[in-house]
Amino acid sequence: MVQVREAPERQAMGGARPDAIVVRGMSKAYGEIQALDDVSLDVAAGTIHGLLGPNGAGKTTLVRILTTLLPPDNGRAWVAGFDVAREATQLRSRIGLAGQSAAVDEYLTGRENLELVGRLYHLNRSTAERRAVELLERFDLTEAADRRSKTYSGGMRRRLDLAASLVADPEVLLLDEPTTGLDPRARRELWAVIRQLVSGGTTVLLTTQYLEEADELADRITVIDLGRVIAEGTAQELKQRTHGDVLSVVVNDPAQAEAACRAVARHGSGVARIDDDGVTVTMPVAGGAAKLAAIIRDLDTDGVAISDIGVRQPSLDDVFLALTGHTAGADRAD
Amino acid sequence: MHDTMTALRIEARWALADTLAMARRNLIRYVRSPELLVFSTINPVMFVLLFTYVFGGAIDVGPGNYINFLLPGILVQTVVFGAVQTGVGLAEDLSSGMVDRYRSLPMARSAVMAGRILADTVRNVFVVLLMIGVGYAIGFRFNASVAAIIAIPIILVIFGQAFSWISAAIGVSVREAETAQVAGFVWIFPLTFMSSMFVPVHTMPGWLEAFASVNPITVTVDLLRGLSQGGEIMPSLWQAAAWTVGLVVLCSTVAITQYRRLS
Repeated sequence: MVQVREAPERQAMGGARPDAIVVRGMSKAYGEIQALDDVSLDVAAGTIHGLLGPNGAGKTTLVRILTTLLPPDNGRAWVAGFDVAREATQLRSRIGLAGQSAAVDEYLTGRENLELVGRLYHLNRSTAERRAVELLERFDLTEAADRRSKTYSGGMRRRLDLAASLVADPEVLLLDEPTTGLDPRARRELWAVIRQLVSGGTTVLLTTQYLEEADELADRITVIDLGRVIAEGTAQELKQRTHGDVLSVVVNDPAQAEAACRAVARHGSGVARIDDDGVTVTMPVAGGAAKLAAIIRDLDTDGVAISDIGVRQPSLDDVFLALTGHTAGADRAD
Repeated sequence: MHDTMTALRIEARWALADTLAMARRNLIRYVRSPELLVFSTINPVMFVLLFTYVFGGAIDVGPGNYINFLLPGILVQTVVFGAVQTGVGLAEDLSSGMVDRYRSLPMARSAVMAGRILADTVRNVFVVLLMIGVGYAIGFRFNASVAAIIAIPIILVIFGQAFSWISAAIGVSVREAETAQVAGFVWIFPLTFMSSMFVPVHTMPGWLEAFASVNPITVTVDLLRGLSQGGEIMPSLWQAAAWTVGLVVLCSTVAITQYRRLS
């Protein structure tokens, strides 16, 4: 008789370095809309995993299931070794969640916010107070500690929200679009904090629609679209999916972008397209550098004036386009 | 068996601690948001002054002065209007993502709502005592035993809690503060006015009198009038008790079920 072993469970419970997050065959529908469709995922302990996809891809739904906020229709998942459906209480004491909107109480000070969360994690009063002081220090909020968080800037609120998710020193941290709405400087600061966390052994699952963010932070990336996993790997592996380099041409006059598209298309191995800026034309090319001279000649013959041309490594944006046929920025409804 | 009891005791202790932590958080919010304090104190003061000095002279309540008739009604109005805030606060926490955070914590699931209602109850004690003070300043007097006087705030707080549960059920269903505010007042306003709160019900047309007589607000106001002026408290005591128990059981069930179904 063949012995059937429940692989994910073993994987989650046993072994020297168990996966911090295991998802198997996860599905969730809201009425007609299939938010998640047979999603499976493994996140090794102590790594940052990026969940990349456009709005409506199912990223938030997955985070809500993994944090026990939402029951799945089908499939199972384990976080920090605990089953999301059957061991919700134990699971909750080992995770931290920072959702899409910074969940800070505006009427409480930064310190009071953290102390309250500490008490609700059932830390005793002195531990909760000590943790609040440590986290305020770490997130550069000491000076603002006793001000109402209503007075905080967007970046400070995000930092306080992230601090709140770390009060109980969680094994697994789930961040749902942690930098949405932040200016570039605040975003970089938050990235630095997240990297620091992982060096301390925390596992992070991070959702984002920013390709740059996933590229910058994540050890591995799962690309999801319309509720399905469409690719998984390191940023490097995903980039190789485009089979080569990306040629990019910047035209002087947006009216000539179409002409530039036609000219470069003769040399490419994929679809030439015009970026949102209206003047940049990109196209995947195999052996790009060698073709550069011919492409420039063609553009010249067609009378297209260019301000820049070059061959670069594909960005995740190119990868997304190659995988899904649309860019990551586009909403599902479009 | 013994272990199960111990586990249950520990769980109950945590549920209590979580409820107290949440109640404290909500009370801090009351103290720090002037608009809420103003709404829950200035509003009833305004009502008592308006009705005493503007409408009072035109309302015939039989023997006794109007303020002695009015104040028990105003006290009930205070806790009933205040209850709207229970649902508004819950809806606010739902729409702002605070409840998501709370639900991802290992805290007792009941504590978000219980803490809210406990905080609103504490506020009610404060506002009821304030309103009795204001009443005294403009001529209200108890004509009752000490026991009856002590019973009055206790009854008000319990009755207020019943309305807080109605409001909680609305708040957790609509999940949006402004909607909860509108959905709260749209039925509370007519309900309070179609009662014995400001005028004797026998002055109303027959069909309205029939409704007003069984209105939970009427029976509670009548009970408090009886208690504060040494009058009859039966059968309004039993009617008020039945309404309160009924409302708490029904609305807390709806509110808690809705909260557990959140996703």
